[in-house]
Amino acid sequence: MTMPRPARGPTGMGLRPRPGGLGARLRAIFAGPADAASWEEVEEALIAADIGPEAALDMVDAARARAGRSPEAAREALAAELRERLARTGSGAWELGPAPSVVVMVGVNGTGKTTTIAKLAHRLVREGRSVILAAGDTFRAAAIEQLRIWGDELGLPVVAQRAGADPGAVAFDAVAAAESRGADAVIIDTAGRLQNKTQLMAELTKIVSVIRRKLPDQPRHVLLVLDATTGQNGLAQAEAFSREAGVTGIVLTKLDGTAKGGVALAAADRLGVPIVFAGIGEEVDALAPFDPEAYVEWLLA
Amino acid sequence: MFESLSARLQSITQRLRGKAKITEADLDVALREIRLALLEADVNFKVVKAFVAKVRERALGLEVLSGLDAGQQVVKIVHDELVAVLGGERRELELGARPSVLMLVGLQGSGKTTTAAKLAVRLRKEGRRPLLVAADVYRPAAVDQLVQLGDQAGIEVHTRPTGTPALEVARSGLEAARQRGLDLVLIDTAGRLHVDEPMMDELVRIAGSVTPGETLLVVDAMSGQEAVRVAEAFHQRLPITGLVLTKMDGDARGGAALSIRSVTGLPITFIGTGERTDGLEPFHPDRLAQRILGMGDILSLVERVQENVDREEAERVAQRMMESRFTLEDFRSQLNQVKQMGPIGQIMQMIPGAGQMAGAAQQAVDEGHLARIEAIIDSMTADERRRPEIIKASRRRRIALGSGTTTADVNRLLKQFAEMQKLMRQISGGRIPNLGGMGGGLRGLIER
Repeated sequence: MTMPRPARGPTGMGLRPRPGGLGARLRAIFAGPADAASWEEVEEALIAADIGPEAALDMVDAARARAGRSPEAAREALAAELRERLARTGSGAWELGPAPSVVVMVGVNGTGKTTTIAKLAHRLVREGRSVILAAGDTFRAAAIEQLRIWGDELGLPVVAQRAGADPGAVAFDAVAAAESRGADAVIIDTAGRLQNKTQLMAELTKIVSVIRRKLPDQPRHVLLVLDATTGQNGLAQAEAFSREAGVTGIVLTKLDGTAKGGVALAAADRLGVPIVFAGIGEEVDALAPFDPEAYVEWLLA
Repeated sequence: MFESLSARLQSITQRLRGKAKITEADLDVALREIRLALLEADVNFKVVKAFVAKVRERALGLEVLSGLDAGQQVVKIVHDELVAVLGGERRELELGARPSVLMLVGLQGSGKTTTAAKLAVRLRKEGRRPLLVAADVYRPAAVDQLVQLGDQAGIEVHTRPTGTPALEVARSGLEAARQRGLDLVLIDTAGRLHVDEPMMDELVRIAGSVTPGETLLVVDAMSGQEAVRVAEAFHQRLPITGLVLTKMDGDARGGAALSIRSVTGLPITFIGTGERTDGLEPFHPDRLAQRILGMGDILSLVERVQENVDREEAERVAQRMMESRFTLEDFRSQLNQVKQMGPIGQIMQMIPGAGQMAGAAQQAVDEGHLARIEAIIDSMTADERRRPEIIKASRRRRIALGSGTTTADVNRLLKQFAEMQKLMRQISGGRIPNLGGMGGGLRGLIER
């Protein structure tokens, strides 16, 4: 067993500030007094971070109401507004819960579900937990192989059936395996699906109900994987996945690029669930507990 | 989930009814709504700014055309400008020398591997003999994925042992194509961040070595505001020749694609829909413009009808809709058909002007209201279904009793149906912008 790695420094999430982002713009805007024109620019800056036009206007109005005309006060008011919004959805460390804890990973295609599973499993193993992976994406070509490769790399058992198998059956097997082996966690991969595909979304509902029938208080975690490069459609994703599968938390991936992932703020707010993890790189340890304070600082850096 | 632009502009439209000119004050209100609609569709905020300024210029002091009201005319200007930005004509791929090389690049998860297979299938239909080259040597099982897709579609896939650098895979792929007499090399590359210098260098080296005739940037339709910066960064380092817009079978408005097109001038060549290898379509600027505006996409609706309903039935429905002869009987017989096409809310989104009703319709299904509606219609006589206006108080009571509902339920259905008929009359009367010639166009499509 390897030792846990030290924390990633003061930002807590290892987010790297990028030049030309919101912070630089805010500094330029607030170089002078905070007047109507500069607040309009702040609104634009928030929109550029994918926070969405209505939420951006909301936030600017609220921040403006509490700020004076000094640039520092304006920036602080905005930071406070963002923090409050994130705090509304709950905070505190993500708890795996009593064994066997079932985690289902859901999301649209290409957000990074499988990679996130590997990272989360790696994290749990480092904490000394026993983890089983389940290849519930039986649809996409080579998705099962992708998870198997991760399983090999991490030394974790992977419950899988053949391509095209019923993902509900895979979930059932995985939960049974977790029970019989006394595993702490079973993490279930699911096929990416666009939220407007009714039949695929119904399949997700079925996966969850299969698990629930076996273990009534599971899945404890249904994590929606949201890509930080996603725009306002992220809101529709959050609503639909929550409706079909009861999302308990959001994982915001690809935060190592230049996208700010602002839609996750709105999505968390809409669902009333927290953003629990942030994906910040390709390496298997590049998953950090979401730190609202660090995120706000990074947004405004 | 977002209000359509036409819904947003409805109140303005009402205010402007009968006015012959669009005043500056009216325009301000309209432009604010347009700005919001574009931003919600993920059009880049800088692009929105320039765009709105342009629309203002065109709309100010404009005489209102007969048959349109001022709000509709503003929407028409917006739509036309969007189409202009998106590129009036579609651009064919220029593959050049044989074997010609096509390289796919983009961010992680944008859909490069799936698109590679789709392009191979499509270009094979056009007489090419393609070879897929699995140059994503990083993501676990990316090579397997391409091999499996190639197997399914009967297309050869070039792979090299694990550990072979991507450049070497690409170069040997081109060589293999020459040897085997294949004339199109499609290179699938690993997803990468535009700010990842070593990875971007790798692409530059591959491009330098195999000199692609086409280098297509694969862009997720759900992309947000950063899409422009990403595209610019790729374009700066590589000779990008066009865009492929993926996941268009979702409900994202796709404004990011418009922004990229507007800022970089790169043409959108294809759109990807669905995960099957035949899910690649030529890009239509007007369809994306309507989608961005939430104006509904009646062409997609027709296509979906064609996919799920038999042709004769589809023709009959369209005919009756266009001629405003749609009765409760048709409505009843359509409920099941519509249910087969997917969520009713989504179907309604595609009908111009019906977007506002989409949420309510979906809710009706979810809460079992649909079953009640069916029961109510079943309790009517044939005559009542054809001419609902004859249903007065005593008939309403009888229908409510027969269907196990209340007269309030019956009233609600009749009222909603009347509104729906009114809407269809408007559509068929061409009162919604740019649908004037739709009647003929629609029929043409169905008869194709």
